[in-house]
Amino acid sequence: MIEPDSGDIEIGEKSNQLIEKHILRRNIGYVIQDVGLLPHLTIEQNISLVNRIDRKVLTHEKLNELIELTGLSTDLLEKYPSQLSGGQQQRVGIARALANDPNLILMDEPFSALDNITRNELQDDFLNIPLLKEKTIVMVTHDVQEAFKLGDRIALLDQGEIQHFGTPAEFLTNPANDFVSSFLSKDRLILFLQNQKIGNKTAAEFLKDDTIETDEKRNRLAEILSNYQP
Amino acid sequence: MSFWEFVISHWDEVVDQTAQHLKLTMISMMIASLVGILIGVLITRIEKVASITLGFVGVIQTIPSLALLGFLLPIVGIGTTPAIIALFLYALLPIVRNTYTGIKGIEPSIKEASAGMGMTQRQLLRYVELPLAFPVILAGIRTSAVINVGVATLCALIAAGGLGEFIFRGISLNNTQMILAGAIPASILAILLDGTLGLIQRFYRSKALWLTFFSLTLILFGLNIFSKADKESKLVAGFNSEFIERADGYMGLHSMYNLPFEIKEMEIALMYRALYNGDVDVIDGFSTDGRIKEFNLKSLIDDKGYFPPYYAVPLLNINTLNKYPELSQCFQILAGQMSDSLMAALNFEIDGNKRSLNAVANEYLRSINIFANKNAGSSDVPDLVIGSKAFTENFLLAHIFAQLIENKTKLKTKLQIGFGGTKLVFDALRFGEIDIYPEYTGTAYLVLLNKQPGDIENFNDPQSLLSIVSEDLANLHDIEVMPPLGFNNTFALMMRQEHSDSLKISTISELSDYLRRD
Repeated sequence: MIEPDSGDIEIGEKSNQLIEKHILRRNIGYVIQDVGLLPHLTIEQNISLVNRIDRKVLTHEKLNELIELTGLSTDLLEKYPSQLSGGQQQRVGIARALANDPNLILMDEPFSALDNITRNELQDDFLNIPLLKEKTIVMVTHDVQEAFKLGDRIALLDQGEIQHFGTPAEFLTNPANDFVSSFLSKDRLILFLQNQKIGNKTAAEFLKDDTIETDEKRNRLAEILSNYQP
Repeated sequence: MSFWEFVISHWDEVVDQTAQHLKLTMISMMIASLVGILIGVLITRIEKVASITLGFVGVIQTIPSLALLGFLLPIVGIGTTPAIIALFLYALLPIVRNTYTGIKGIEPSIKEASAGMGMTQRQLLRYVELPLAFPVILAGIRTSAVINVGVATLCALIAAGGLGEFIFRGISLNNTQMILAGAIPASILAILLDGTLGLIQRFYRSKALWLTFFSLTLILFGLNIFSKADKESKLVAGFNSEFIERADGYMGLHSMYNLPFEIKEMEIALMYRALYNGDVDVIDGFSTDGRIKEFNLKSLIDDKGYFPPYYAVPLLNINTLNKYPELSQCFQILAGQMSDSLMAALNFEIDGNKRSLNAVANEYLRSINIFANKNAGSSDVPDLVIGSKAFTENFLLAHIFAQLIENKTKLKTKLQIGFGGTKLVFDALRFGEIDIYPEYTGTAYLVLLNKQPGDIENFNDPQSLLSIVSEDLANLHDIEVMPPLGFNNTFALMMRQEHSDSLKISTISELSDYLRRD
């Protein structure tokens, strides 16, 4: 696809330049914005395609597991991509990326073509798929909130350079330079609230929870905001 | 005879020609599909050659089909092979172009995802590009198939058979039923083929459909090979369309001599070379043809006197003669001037030495002290139109007439030569579309007047045949017969000299004996 101008990437202590491209790609899950399901194949055939081109068989148990993990139902398996909604298609895209059991998954703006509600649903499900927690996932996004919600570590790029690489908390408390802090300034409060824990909830969730009394909310918020530096 | 009566009476031939037609189309389409898809795929990989290749196959498409067939003749001869090559070349463009655009038109995201999954180039082709481009490719094959059925009719001219046989025979005899008997099955064939491919296009995911399609194809081929097997003959005859059907042609000859040939139908101009090349063993040649000498051919003796005399005579419309009486004198000059050997030599100048018609005509006239204008016969506002049938001798005679008339009178002439058959040119004369054309007495008697050999006593006597022809043409059709030019261009069965020598055949009866011997 795109050849690097210089440098190389090590995957499991082995340079990617040393592995044949198609072999390398078969062992990297790949999810893109446009999903890219093959329209002439059923959902089942689409999911098992990576295994097929790698001359492997995707077992029924594994297929059902993937379907369940990604929140799809088995009666979709016989359907064609055009019969699915955008959200369902991207779930299939994720199932496909997991089918060959890769250690590494690349996601290129997987949720950005979806509407807000579907996107939130997918993001939440995505966070809760245990299988994904075992994988190294590189995700590209333009959505700052998505990055903070899903990312363990974030690299902020500008002009082809990494401006800051670190955990979400580091971004908020210790931005590397002016670009990073000004980039975040608009979203800073909301990101801050989403990243502070009150009990087992984020501060944002805590504030939305109707079962908690207003006084309690006010006290806890003041407590957290004492750490906040605009 | 109505169309249906014709079809029923010629049923075996209709079936046979349809099968041949289908065979030509199917074989060429299969090769074209394979090669076309291959080329189409290759040029998506090597972008640089894509536009050149598409341009090239486009150029092939623009070559007139008859010219392409003619161009292939010296290389691959006559028969099924050149026909299939020509049909294959014609079928190529739509298939190559649709394969290319079909693959190019696939959404980039699908290709990106597929490459990202780790497909090799071959897997990409197999799992993604070909299946997705398939409906577009098949649309190309459909277009090709329909064109192909049409072009395949022309293959009858080079002895490849097919429904064109009826069409060209029908045109040369001016027989509408016969033309329709070729044209209607050809149209039905095109519609059926298109429909079948349409079904495949709609239901191509169904395996049952593919199975049915392939087994049907196999059955068709099986039947075809089987039906060919029981039609063996020792010798192959190459006859032109007109000879097969006309009164003094193969039918009568067969009933008089009994000649069980396998017959290949072909253009007059191709017969001689086909005989020379050994593609056929016997042809219906003309005794004054220049190529008899060129190709060292032997005319078999008509020992039972089947063929009548064929003395060349100019035919004139009576109105033309009344308007320009000086023409009568003009043709007196040519009366009896041309001998058989002279005519053969003149024909050889054109066919053998490749000289132009007007130059040879001019040279001949000079030899009888007429110094005519070589470029006569090209007036835009002609007083006279001179016609001819489509073979060398008649082209030459038409040129001689034009140069002579323009030299001896003040009349301007125009040549309209190359009518596809006797009936066509005769009708043109009757209806005044042309004023003059060269004809032969035997042909006039049998074809124009529709008479049988037994109708007069002295059928084989040139003089009595001429007088009855002159009388009847004037009375029945208002056509005036001018004095004979002198030569007798009779039909003759011809073989290669060394072939006839080795088989010891010199008469048609001996040929018949040889054919019927076990």
